Amino acid sequence: MPDSGLLFWMLVIFIIVLAVLAKWGFPVITSMVDKRRNYIDESLKLAKKADEKMAGLMKEQARIIGEAREEQNKILKEAAEARNNIIRQAQEQAKDEAAKILAEAKVRIEAEKESAISQIRSQVALLSVNVAEKVIRKNLSSEQAQKELIEKMVDESLKIDSASGN
Amino acid sequence: MKRIGKYIISLIAVPAMSVSVMAAEPAVTGQDTPADTPEVTEQAEAAANSSEDSSIDIKSLIFGHIGDAYEWHITKIGQKDIVIPLPVIVRSSTGWHCFLSSKLEEGPYKGLYCAEGGKYDGKIVEKDASGNEIRPLDISITKNVAGLMINAVIVVLLILGCARWYRKHDVLKEAPKGVAAIIEPVVTFINDDVIKGSIPAEVSGKYAPYLLTVFFFILVNNLMGIIPVFPGGANTTGNIAITLVLALCTFLAVNVFADRHYWKDIFWPEVPWWLKVPLPLIPITELFGIFTKPFALMIRLFANIMAGHAVILSFVSIIFITVKMGPAINGTMTFVSVFFGIFMDFLELLVAFIQAYVFTMLSAVFIGLAHEGSTKTENNK
Repeated sequence: MPDSGLLFWMLVIFIIVLAVLAKWGFPVITSMVDKRRNYIDESLKLAKKADEKMAGLMKEQARIIGEAREEQNKILKEAAEARNNIIRQAQEQAKDEAAKILAEAKVRIEAEKESAISQIRSQVALLSVNVAEKVIRKNLSSEQAQKELIEKMVDESLKIDSASGN
Repeated sequence: MKRIGKYIISLIAVPAMSVSVMAAEPAVTGQDTPADTPEVTEQAEAAANSSEDSSIDIKSLIFGHIGDAYEWHITKIGQKDIVIPLPVIVRSSTGWHCFLSSKLEEGPYKGLYCAEGGKYDGKIVEKDASGNEIRPLDISITKNVAGLMINAVIVVLLILGCARWYRKHDVLKEAPKGVAAIIEPVVTFINDDVIKGSIPAEVSGKYAPYLLTVFFFILVNNLMGIIPVFPGGANTTGNIAITLVLALCTFLAVNVFADRHYWKDIFWPEVPWWLKVPLPLIPITELFGIFTKPFALMIRLFANIMAGHAVILSFVSIIFITVKMGPAINGTMTFVSVFFGIFMDFLELLVAFIQAYVFTMLSAVFIGLAHEGSTKTENNK
């Protein structure tokens, strides 16, 4: 048979223990454990989200890199084109310049030639006159007759000249 | 959950039965020898010193150890008993008396004395007018009460120590240390697996403190019962008064807050009508069930712990029984008994935990059954 004294004390002790632990013991522990569990759950969710974000960022990064590469190619292509253009333009300019210089040189040569020819003509005329004077001094009495003859002869010779020059 | 419960019960029933069978044997074999109940080593000396005329009454030895007493006997050195006297509180025909148990050793104190033999063997009695021994109202702090108090203090300190850690530390930044690291996993295990597994979520929070208290109370009492020297050694959970109170608490927790569905299942269960109309067979059985469930809880815990203690004590007693059989047998049997004693102590550690677990789990299952209706109706919604 259960002893009544022991029964009484057991009841008292157990009720006190139960009251103390139910008020200050277990609710604190379980609530804290629950709190931590919730925190861990939240953290895991956040980590998952961060991972997803990370994956998104990686994709974005890859996209940006791809774009940059395309841009680079484009720029390089454009640069090459521009270079080619510049070279071509420079060549054209040089050609034009050269042509202009050539043309100027031709004109000047022509003018020089012209002046040289007229100089030569007057020189030749003087020389011819001097030669003719010496040759025909005696034949030609008047100055007038002499000049007419000379002009006639020079013209003739020039005609021959130009005909042969052409 | 229920299936696991049944499995565990069957698991525990087997060693418990074998244990009680073994316990019975030494009690029978060693009846012929009188003596007191000292501790193991001193007893060896005592048995060696005092020759043939001193022999041992194993039955009284074992029941002296697992029973209750008015003083806390620690050991015996030579012929001197070392005891801690405990307060005796009785209300006899002459009013309330409160004195230390050591006063009873010198003979009757204020008409009160310890009965020897008879109906109230070992209890404090007084003589009424006609010379019959009668029992006064006795609320003494006996060995078991003192043990209970010590164990209760240990439980409270453990749990409050753990709770204190949580108050002082940020639970989100630190891992539990010290007491909290020991208690927390156990609390979580019981709370999540046993309590939340058996009781519907809406009411499990209400019962969790009770069930956790029961678990730790039984566990600490079981473990302290295994320790053979002073702060432990009181056979608390192996005493039926203690398990009776625990079972009564579970009985109240189950039935006081039970829902309508639970009572309907008892008085008007869904069985063929002829099982309940002329003769209410099933309702009577169910009504019995209300009482047999906590009764089984009470007996299971009591029997397991008491049997475990009895077996360990029996193994120890073998040493002293075989002293007369000569040194060869005595030596062998000493070896055997120490070996089996160690084995039983390990087994008792396991049983201490399992019994606390089973009591808590079955209480949770019974409470869960009393709240089944709330979940059913909610599921229907």
